[in-house]
Amino acid sequence: MPIGEWFKKQDKRLPENPTLEKRAVPDGVWEKCPGCGEPIFIKELEKNSKVCPKCDFHFPLSAYERVHYLVDASSFDELWANLCPEDPLCFVAGKSYTDSISAAKAKTGMNDALVCGRAQIDGRNVAVAAMDFRFIGGSMGSVVGEKIARITELATDEDRPLIIVSSSGGARMQEGMISLMQMAKTSAAIAHHSRRGLPYISVLAHPTSGGVTASFATLADIIIAEPNAFIGFTGPRVIEQTIKQKLPKNFQTAEFNLDHGMIDMIVNRVDMKRTISRLLDYLDVNGVVG
Amino acid sequence: MRKFSYDFERPLVELEEQLEQLKHLESAEKADIAEEIAYLEKQIEKLHIRTYENLTPWQRVQIARHPDRPRTSDYIEAIFTDFIELHGDRAFRDDQSIIGGFARLDGRKVMIIGHQKGRNTKENIARNFGMPHPEGYRKALRLMKLADKFRLPLITFVDTQGAYPGIEAEERGQAVAIAQDLLELSVLEVPVIVAVIGEGGSGGALAIGFGDRIIMLENAYYSVITPEGCASILWDGEGEGRGAEKAAEVLGLHADKLLELGIIDVIVKEPLGGAHHGPASVARGLKKELAKALKDLSSIDPNELVKKRYTRLRNIGYYTEYSGKPSVLDMQS
Ligand SMILES: [Zn+2]
Repeated sequence: MPIGEWFKKQDKRLPENPTLEKRAVPDGVWEKCPGCGEPIFIKELEKNSKVCPKCDFHFPLSAYERVHYLVDASSFDELWANLCPEDPLCFVAGKSYTDSISAAKAKTGMNDALVCGRAQIDGRNVAVAAMDFRFIGGSMGSVVGEKIARITELATDEDRPLIIVSSSGGARMQEGMISLMQMAKTSAAIAHHSRRGLPYISVLAHPTSGGVTASFATLADIIIAEPNAFIGFTGPRVIEQTIKQKLPKNFQTAEFNLDHGMIDMIVNRVDMKRTISRLLDYLDVNGVVG
Repeated sequence: MRKFSYDFERPLVELEEQLEQLKHLESAEKADIAEEIAYLEKQIEKLHIRTYENLTPWQRVQIARHPDRPRTSDYIEAIFTDFIELHGDRAFRDDQSIIGGFARLDGRKVMIIGHQKGRNTKENIARNFGMPHPEGYRKALRLMKLADKFRLPLITFVDTQGAYPGIEAEERGQAVAIAQDLLELSVLEVPVIVAVIGEGGSGGALAIGFGDRIIMLENAYYSVITPEGCASILWDGEGEGRGAEKAAEVLGLHADKLLELGIIDVIVKEPLGGAHHGPASVARGLKKELAKALKDLSSIDPNELVKKRYTRLRNIGYYTEYSGKPSVLDMQS
């Protein structure tokens, strides 16, 4: 999946650079909203789950910020943060995969594109995972696949609901077929969690596409999307090249997916935790609410 | 004469054409050129070997896409008996780029699902060049569930450039249709045997492309992305030419590499030049491996089968796990 594509061409909803580092704004106190162009007081933005209070634009989040806005304060116990990618194919094509990994690590301070662990939502035990698009486009290679499988197994073993926030360009090309097989691996883990009668809620954040949409991210009991998020299988550029016609307006947005029956609801990030908590009340058959 | 040839086959094709002309001359003019013909035949034989014995990854991708390459339906015909084709996803339509149904392998009842490309332009349009829409994957899902319910081992044939990239495909949920196949395959309580016979293009191939045993033809490829797709990401705009060639080298998409990585289990030999140079021998080789897999897997208890399939998937991955404290601090602490 052409990783830069989402943020450059098709999309004016999001800034060129999907990082959360404060951009060239005076004093780092104000941030200009890419949605409405208004300067927003950063403190205010952070209090509002990084959603523009003026136009509801959803700023991109790091995986840690995702978890932060989703679970009870200080309840997150991160697991397997020390899983690091390898370069099984010695992939060199222009840039080498090892260089891409190093650059992504330096940029994010993470070892790969997913954070996961135990946490609580309104006192209820859950297993949570969140993807980080800044790390090689949030792509799924061995580490992401392994961590999804492990957190899902942990949820299965400990009877926890599973919540995964996706944001990914799909399978990680640089690990070849090993990446593709992570789609099967994660789907299989979800199957076993589901067979235990445990709930899984998937949150699709901008953008979620390719092999992640076509595996664990859409296998949930409930699928929620953030407003305006890109959600699809094939990228718009490839579709345009194939069918040689312009794509309809709104194509592959969260709203498009809701219209076509692919997701249950679109939820503003500000209401996300509360919504998930309410859903878990319905889904958690052996639920222990603290 | 060959209807179709690739650039790297051109010198060989030219010699073959010369030979044909000589033979024509010999019969039409009663010319005494038996020696010349014998000489040329020898040259062709040598060049045939030289052209095909050390194929580059990209050349193999081309052979995997050859229009004369045997299709799923050819293998069904050659390997099985009493095939009863089943149609439709019970929701939208019958996607002819995926076929399936009951059949017997040496008398043993099985379920078959496979991507189906066409033989000619007309058939290819009907079969969308073997690129399924969501309803194709939902037909596959239906047949998987049938196989499970009636305890029929599942045999799949993988041969697609990928799931179709189109507007309607997205509208009808291409991603979730594939995902649901992956989920179902992982819990089927019958043996699942996969034969990658041509193109194994990305998620659209994987949807019916993993199981308890994965057999691959020598010149088939199986890849996370097509070489063209990979090239267009890496070297913008170079997707069609040299880029795809380079991408095929780095993606590690061939049978021998995938065997080394433990993704597949066994390779079935093809005649020099590809399966279309000797379809019967390839079908024989494939049948032998299918029968062997069926025999090996049939004695395994269904629960054990699912467990083993899961363990197999769990073991695919390359990563390092450092011990000690997480390198990243929790922002909440
Ligand atoms: Zn705004």
